[in-house]
Amino acid sequence: MHYAQIVQYSLSGITVGSIYAIVAIGFNIIYNTTGIINFAQGGFVVFGAMTAISLSRFVPLPVAIVLAVLLTTCLGGLVELVFIRRCRDASILRLIVITIGVSILLQEAMLHIWDEKVRSLAYFTGTAISTVTILGAHFSPQVLWVLGVSAVVVAALAVFFRFTLTGRAMRACADDRMAARLCGVSDRRMVTFSFMLSAGIGALAGCVISPVTQTQYDMGPPLAIKGFTVAVLGGLGNSTAAVVAGLLLGLLEAFTVSQFQVAYKEVVSILVLLLVLVFRPNGLFGGREIGALRAS
Amino acid sequence: MILLRRYAVVLVGAVAVVLLQVVLSAWGATYYMTQITMSAYYSLVVIGLCLLMGYAGQVSLGHAGFFAIGGYTSAVLTTFNLIAFRGVPWVDGCRSLGLLVARQDLYGANLLTVSPLLAFLAAILLTSLLAFLIGLPILRLKGHYLAMATLGFGLIVYRLALGTAVLGQADGISNVPPLRIFEGLEVTGRQPFRVQNYYIAWAAVMAAMILGINLVHSRAGRALRSIHQNEEAAHSLGVNTYRYKLSTFVLSAAFAAVGGALLTHYNGSIGPSEITVMKSVRYLAICAVGGMANLGGALLMGILLNFLSLRGVFGTYDDAVFGGILIAVMLLSPQGLLRMPDWREARSFLCRRSHG
Amino acid sequence: MTTRLTMVIGTVLLCFALVLTGCKKQSPQPTPVTKEPIKIGAIFAVTGPASFLGAPEMKTAEMLVQKINKDGGVVGRPLLLIVKDSGAKPENAISFARQLMDEDKVLAIIGPSTSGETMAIKNLCQEGKTILMSCAAAEDIVNPVASYVFKTPQKDSDAARRIFEVLKAKGLLKVGVIVSNAGFGMAGKAQLEKIAPEYGVTIAISEAYDKQATDLTDVLTKLKGKDVQAVINWSIVPAQGLVAKNLKQIRLDVPLFQSHGFGNIKYVQAAGEAANGTIFPCGRLLVADVLPADHPQKAVLTSYKSEYESLYQEDVSTFGGHAYDAILLLAEAIRAAGSADTDKVRDALEGLQGVVGTAGVFNLSPTDHNGLTMEAFEMLTVKDGKFAVYKD
Repeated sequence: MHYAQIVQYSLSGITVGSIYAIVAIGFNIIYNTTGIINFAQGGFVVFGAMTAISLSRFVPLPVAIVLAVLLTTCLGGLVELVFIRRCRDASILRLIVITIGVSILLQEAMLHIWDEKVRSLAYFTGTAISTVTILGAHFSPQVLWVLGVSAVVVAALAVFFRFTLTGRAMRACADDRMAARLCGVSDRRMVTFSFMLSAGIGALAGCVISPVTQTQYDMGPPLAIKGFTVAVLGGLGNSTAAVVAGLLLGLLEAFTVSQFQVAYKEVVSILVLLLVLVFRPNGLFGGREIGALRAS
Repeated sequence: MILLRRYAVVLVGAVAVVLLQVVLSAWGATYYMTQITMSAYYSLVVIGLCLLMGYAGQVSLGHAGFFAIGGYTSAVLTTFNLIAFRGVPWVDGCRSLGLLVARQDLYGANLLTVSPLLAFLAAILLTSLLAFLIGLPILRLKGHYLAMATLGFGLIVYRLALGTAVLGQADGISNVPPLRIFEGLEVTGRQPFRVQNYYIAWAAVMAAMILGINLVHSRAGRALRSIHQNEEAAHSLGVNTYRYKLSTFVLSAAFAAVGGALLTHYNGSIGPSEITVMKSVRYLAICAVGGMANLGGALLMGILLNFLSLRGVFGTYDDAVFGGILIAVMLLSPQGLLRMPDWREARSFLCRRSHG
Repeated sequence: MTTRLTMVIGTVLLCFALVLTGCKKQSPQPTPVTKEPIKIGAIFAVTGPASFLGAPEMKTAEMLVQKINKDGGVVGRPLLLIVKDSGAKPENAISFARQLMDEDKVLAIIGPSTSGETMAIKNLCQEGKTILMSCAAAEDIVNPVASYVFKTPQKDSDAARRIFEVLKAKGLLKVGVIVSNAGFGMAGKAQLEKIAPEYGVTIAISEAYDKQATDLTDVLTKLKGKDVQAVINWSIVPAQGLVAKNLKQIRLDVPLFQSHGFGNIKYVQAAGEAANGTIFPCGRLLVADVLPADHPQKAVLTSYKSEYESLYQEDVSTFGGHAYDAILLLAEAIRAAGSADTDKVRDALEGLQGVVGTAGVFNLSPTDHNGLTMEAFEMLTVKDGKFAVYKD
């Protein structure tokens, strides 16, 4: 493989990896606050994109995206209030199963609100055929947007969790819920807030990846599974690690394609998930506490 | 008698099954039996899942994978044409032993394939073996990590089925021959055999129920329930939790394989649509609504919901119904809807009424 | 103990009662007419992964049956269409096929939409002696020929041949083939690989990608590495649009050929500017407006297009046309047979000649249960976001 091909494959890996990464960021917020793995995250991503696409017919693109994010944020809060809040003392597993049910309902709702057709948002800069050239290889400028937005979101979240009161309150809930309540933090409100934040980030992710991946009502679950794989790979709860893990997985998939039959690309990523779960469930960069969930 | 009480569900079920068949035959409406038979095979998976989730307390989001391994093994072995190898000594040897059979397909071509009965046994053995190998590492995981691992397993089976030429890729395997148990009794969807197949399916289901009930009331069953309640406590009392979890996992996989293999012969085909995540979620939803630890409830709901789904009663909302059921059950009564209520309480309540 | 047993029996009986009411619910309300209607079943994938096939097929079928009934029906009897949504799942198709054959006792079944489902019920319909008019494309459906099984879409092999004809004429003899891993894609791959040598074309690389892929730059990079002179993509949405866009984005500047799955203007819109210059074989429905007035298909195509678009307020697609042709052929056969007797209609179907449908002009025979040739395809291209006839 000569040099230009290697760069091209790498860019291809980064393209797809950035998609996984930005979806994975949303998982970590809810996981950090509640310990739940929200399967409906993929649904939020698609809902955000679909809403933005519908709105973009009436208002300019940036406005459509902002409105879509706001609407999806409300949806996230609604989901939490209706489904999750009722089960105060439920086991984590039960809540995860509920999110699976929510993702199915969300998908059906989207099918009936919109229809089965494939849509996509307009490219943020350029058109479907614009390219950017780096080191002899070419890719779409939208990929730079995806990477850029991911970086901004991760940075913003880091600032939020470290320096703002609400952010610190959420971290307190994640560490020890009872202690946080004793300090006057309303843990129920934090849980709702975490769902809203996750949904909003998911919607933003959906909008920025829509020109690249196109959007269809049933894209939620596959995106959620990939996003979850990446989140686990990086270490559940660590957003920066998720981004790195996403890019790594994307590169792995791209170079698998270069050597083997394309048909087995998906098998590789699932195998990675299984291997990580069995041998290193705290992920590549994760801490030790999560490892304690594993039976000896 | 204790025995009668324990097997009450099976006895009542058997009576209901025979009654239903007599009624349908009398009305000339035997065609409903097709969908009831198909539902019965799907319920086999649910019964196994009920043992795993309700009694051993382990969640599986990939049970459709075991159903598929059983079904695909049966399908591949009974359709893979070995006629090119005719003349090779050990092939002819197998043929004379009855391990391979020669037949003609619907269009007159000559085929030499593995005998369906042997393929059926192979399907169950292979699935059990795979379940054992997969269960070894992943049953060490807990809670949602186990759930994710089983989900990953189901996805891998799906991808492999979709990507491998021998397994028919996207179109699956069709032209699967009937499974002949002995002369005159075979598992097939053809019309003349309909009532017969109805009973075969129910026999399989009842056998599974009896096995399940036996397990639940045995020492192993009590061990399982203790594991479900509190694994650490059970472990500290000397219960070999890991071994019990693994055996239940393998057993539930075997149930699913039987269902898969028999349904494949009944339908004459199998495809990757049987291995989707949605299918696994369906089994989960049915198990949940029937009562996590209630074999009879799981069976009843399995038949009912699958029957309605196969008849298209849910229309375009098919998947949404199961999603909704899952949420409703998990929110409102995670022990399931058909959990046996406390009769003494109900009776005393009624008595009080009549006195007041 | 007795109360518990009673309650268990009670619950069981209640559930069976529910089950039986579930059965009753499905029988269609017979229309109050003087003549007994001819029952025709239909299994379409209206929802699910093949909904872009099943939804237009269902709409077309209902529209055409309504039209036929308004004009007096067939042999004086109205048609009664019973539609089932299989969600592209073969086990549902099997269940509905049995239901339609045994309970509703239909004369024929239109559909299913996908090849996997059709192959699952092919033997069923043959043994059950019910006519099956499939709207799916696989060659296996009519090869080997089963006497009761027909299909209306054009042959994949003919589509492949038309593509290779153009490639040969343009001197592009080294190509890359990428297909989706769905039934349609894999069937196309098989045909392309089989037919390429006949036209002197070498397939340098042939790969199947996941139909739900969100990005195909890696596969196309692999093709770029093999220095192909053209890319043939055999898939349906959403991959069609992705391939077109990714091709341009990684600057693989070679002509793109698509399959006849590209049959709706929405796919062109989805791919934006990247769709311009795509070359693909297709039924003439998409260019009905620019056909010469004396073209045999012009009348049928323009009337179908305008009726569909005004009734449903959406663009017409070639897939809906397969259902149109199925019902058309069936109606013609019933008229030719003079009755709705299954065997007479079946014999009449095999004798149909020169029936003008949306996919082409049908000439059926006992050995050809499809009836279309290479002429059914027109080579189309995309110019400025619109379909146009391809001219060298």
